[in-house]
Amino acid sequence: MVYIVGILALVFLVLTITVIVRMQKVLKGVKSSETGEGLPQGNRWNGAMFILFLVFALVASTWSFLVAEKDFLPEASSIHGRRTDDLFWFSMGILTIACIVVNFLLFFFSWKYQYKKGNKATFYPENHKLELIWTVIPAVVMATLVFTGWRAWSDITSDAPKDSEVVEIVGKQFGWIVRYPGVNDKKLGNYNYKLIDAQNELGIDLSDEFSFDDFTNPSEMHIPVNKPVLLKIRARDVLHSVFIPHLRVKMDAVPGMPTRFWFVADKTTNEMRAELGNPDFDYEIACTEICGQGHFGMRMRLVIEDEVSYRKWCAEQKTFLQTYPDYLAKVPANLKAKALQYMPTQTTESTETTPADSTSVDAASGGAGTSASLR
Amino acid sequence: MSVVETGIGTTVHAEEHEHHEEQNFWRKYIFSEDHKVIAKQYLITGIMWSVIGIAMSVVFRIQLGFPNANLSWLKPVLGQWINDTGQLDPNFYLALVTMHGTIMVFFVLTAGLSGTFSNFLIPLQIGARDMASGFLNMLSYWFFFTASVIMFSSLFLQTGPAAGGWVIYPPLSALPQAHIGSQMGMTLWLVSMTLFIVSQLLGGINYITTVINLRTRGMAFNRLPLTIWAFFITAILGLISFPVLLSAALLLIFDRHFGTSFYLSEIYINGEALPNVGGSPILFQHLFWFLGHPEVYIVLLPALGITSEIIATNSRKPIFGYRAMIASLIGIAFLSFIVWAHHMFVTGMNPFLGSVFMFLTLIIAVPSAVKAFNYTTTLWRGNLVFTPAMLFSIGLVSLFVTGGLTGIILGNSALDIQLHDTYFVVAHFHIVMGAASAFGLFAGVYHWFPKMFGRMMNNTLGQIHFWLTFTGIYLVFFPMHYIGIAGFPRRYYQFTTYNFSSSFTDLNAFISVAAILSFLAQFIFLWNFFYSIFKGKKSPQNPWRSNTLEWTAPINPGHGNWVGEIPPVYRWPYDYSKPGAPEDFIPQNVPYSQTPESNLPHENEEIAMEKVIEAQNFNDQFKEAH
Repeated sequence: MVYIVGILALVFLVLTITVIVRMQKVLKGVKSSETGEGLPQGNRWNGAMFILFLVFALVASTWSFLVAEKDFLPEASSIHGRRTDDLFWFSMGILTIACIVVNFLLFFFSWKYQYKKGNKATFYPENHKLELIWTVIPAVVMATLVFTGWRAWSDITSDAPKDSEVVEIVGKQFGWIVRYPGVNDKKLGNYNYKLIDAQNELGIDLSDEFSFDDFTNPSEMHIPVNKPVLLKIRARDVLHSVFIPHLRVKMDAVPGMPTRFWFVADKTTNEMRAELGNPDFDYEIACTEICGQGHFGMRMRLVIEDEVSYRKWCAEQKTFLQTYPDYLAKVPANLKAKALQYMPTQTTESTETTPADSTSVDAASGGAGTSASLR
Repeated sequence: MSVVETGIGTTVHAEEHEHHEEQNFWRKYIFSEDHKVIAKQYLITGIMWSVIGIAMSVVFRIQLGFPNANLSWLKPVLGQWINDTGQLDPNFYLALVTMHGTIMVFFVLTAGLSGTFSNFLIPLQIGARDMASGFLNMLSYWFFFTASVIMFSSLFLQTGPAAGGWVIYPPLSALPQAHIGSQMGMTLWLVSMTLFIVSQLLGGINYITTVINLRTRGMAFNRLPLTIWAFFITAILGLISFPVLLSAALLLIFDRHFGTSFYLSEIYINGEALPNVGGSPILFQHLFWFLGHPEVYIVLLPALGITSEIIATNSRKPIFGYRAMIASLIGIAFLSFIVWAHHMFVTGMNPFLGSVFMFLTLIIAVPSAVKAFNYTTTLWRGNLVFTPAMLFSIGLVSLFVTGGLTGIILGNSALDIQLHDTYFVVAHFHIVMGAASAFGLFAGVYHWFPKMFGRMMNNTLGQIHFWLTFTGIYLVFFPMHYIGIAGFPRRYYQFTTYNFSSSFTDLNAFISVAAILSFLAQFIFLWNFFYSIFKGKKSPQNPWRSNTLEWTAPINPGHGNWVGEIPPVYRWPYDYSKPGAPEDFIPQNVPYSQTPESNLPHENEEIAMEKVIEAQNFNDQFKEAH
């Protein structure tokens, strides 16, 4: 590649010198023959500029691509991501050829067929065969691209496998909150936006028993490697968009309309750190739908780890109810016992704390009726 | 020979035949119903807007290229939006991005381009005295002017102008508590755009009616210059799609002010759960892009029409594949209505719908490719004259190809997942829609300046302006693809929050420098334009030796355009370098009976039709200036 750039640069240099020499001649010519009627003003140097521009563009784009390449995202760390990456570079290859050919012809013709006194243009209004050919060729190429793209798209957007690890991610101004279905029932509980308050940021509905072991995290998302992960995506206030650049994942978060995206990540954070030789590397989640002042700062760390450490991490997380025991008051009476089952990790050492807590809930949230009947 | 016989000599008599009742200053230059004056009003307003719009981009380019720069020197202009440490306010950054988009897309490239050249060229090229309704035409401009005043005044609000991106997606734009830009700024944006749409509709109806009804004798549709075809199709696009934007805007106004829930559902914001349920933000996106996508072509098609005309004239060759050019225009226009959801692949809409829209989107590449190839073939074995207009037209084709090709990537829904809302998109549409259309605007101004003002612009300055702009555009937007491939999202105030976007600081600085230099290069044009209006060399009758009808009108056409009868038309507008003809052009109003030496066999048969053409005189419109 470097040699190509070198050769192109050399050609560029030679042409530049030729053009400068030529231009000087032309300029002299202009001075000497004021009556150079016929030749339109500045036609010669503009013609030469096209060739100059062409070579300059070739050199500059090749060189800049080689320089910029190192800063592109590394190879995708998801299965579908590598597929779309391949598709992208394949399409890009075809398009680059088309781009170079058409631009070359355009500039070359501009230079070659510039005005010459006494010349007459060729009267050539149409050629149906030619037109047919260059209607069909793009059509065929397009068909190929559409077909490959469509195959990839249908696979990516197909239904998630049944055994997918489900994680909910919710966008708000300005950050993400993730919710996990918990280690016991492995099901996300219901939610309702009207239940949102300062603590219950996701509007978790505690009258649904599946929500008892749900846990949330406002700063980190953990997912297991080599296992399908289904993101259930929603937004609390305005549009957001979940973007995980290294996994080639993007899906809008829409208030009132849950969306989803599933994928298989196949490189752990540690593997990626080793691969890149960068011990500080982290997967990141960003927002790509303008959402207000803090749009550019909705970073969330994503940790991809092997399944064992992932399970371990999940088990260590405090459930929402454990973090905010006050919310026990919102649990309907008939489910209270079940809800309390999820509380014990708070240790048996203080069997008294639980009722103590729930009394404080009574006082605080006025849910007295339900808890009293429980006792 | 043709030169003498085509009514060109009439300039001498122009003065005598002028109307007797002189209009007063207000009627002549301000509330004018003359299409030429209205066109100039659109042009000047558009130029003023473009200076504002591009200047805004320079400010946010400084922010992106040099995030630590001290911008205190901008305080006299931007005031409170520069904080005490000399940093640009992040809210105002979003406002700048939004207003840059709105201004450039609607006020410059829609009103400034289509408004100027549709108004100016339609009557002159089809041979009409004026637009079908001069009054509606005047009204159209003044609606645009009012919209401009309102949009401009929103820049001075305490809370700033609208800031939700030019696409103003709700709920961000619908909820004043979501962002300060969604307060009064958004209200004014909506009011301004509503008036703007009214202006576009009034203009569009007029263009369509004029092209259909007021063509001169013999100006059949298959003899229309491609400029007119492009303006005609553009007007139809606008007429169908703008009302949908109007409805989207009205529903948004209802949501903002009257408590409806068209776009709002299940929202908790600022510690409060809103009562709205059942609406859909996606609905707005569908409505918006139903206009938004045709809008791309509303901006681009006139530029392509202008280019077709200029390339043919200055190649001294007929445009290659005249019918294919029209067919591809119609094809693109039709397809532009059924591809809108390719802007929405990752909004969570049904993936099947995504497949359909991907397929339809990629079909557009076919007519676009035909156009690009036809332009290139027109240059082949031509005798090219590099007027500034010609240079900008060739530049347009180059940009159209380069920028259009990346559209094939973005139209592919599987690839769009990663690239959606990154700088790849920004690079793509700035080249293919922004720069290409702007090149069409420049080309048109350079080419028809002599007809507009009776004077010539400086040729060398124009050529220098072209090379600086052309290089500048590529230097700005080509490297931007790299940033997009690296995944940098759009509309980010700064990139330092993330590790994945911490690279390319040099490249961003480079782009900013290139953008500023390109902006400065435009002052060459501004100087050339305004200086030449007053001091330019006097224009000859037909400076580019062109075939179309406008060059048969007096150099400074008066009210009614032609003195005496409007010339009839006998042939298509692209008889350049016809074998056998003594000159390398034969204007449209030269009958075949006068050019036996160059007639093709089937054209000899048309000689019989000449009497029929001349006999037409509907409503006496061709005889007298009214």
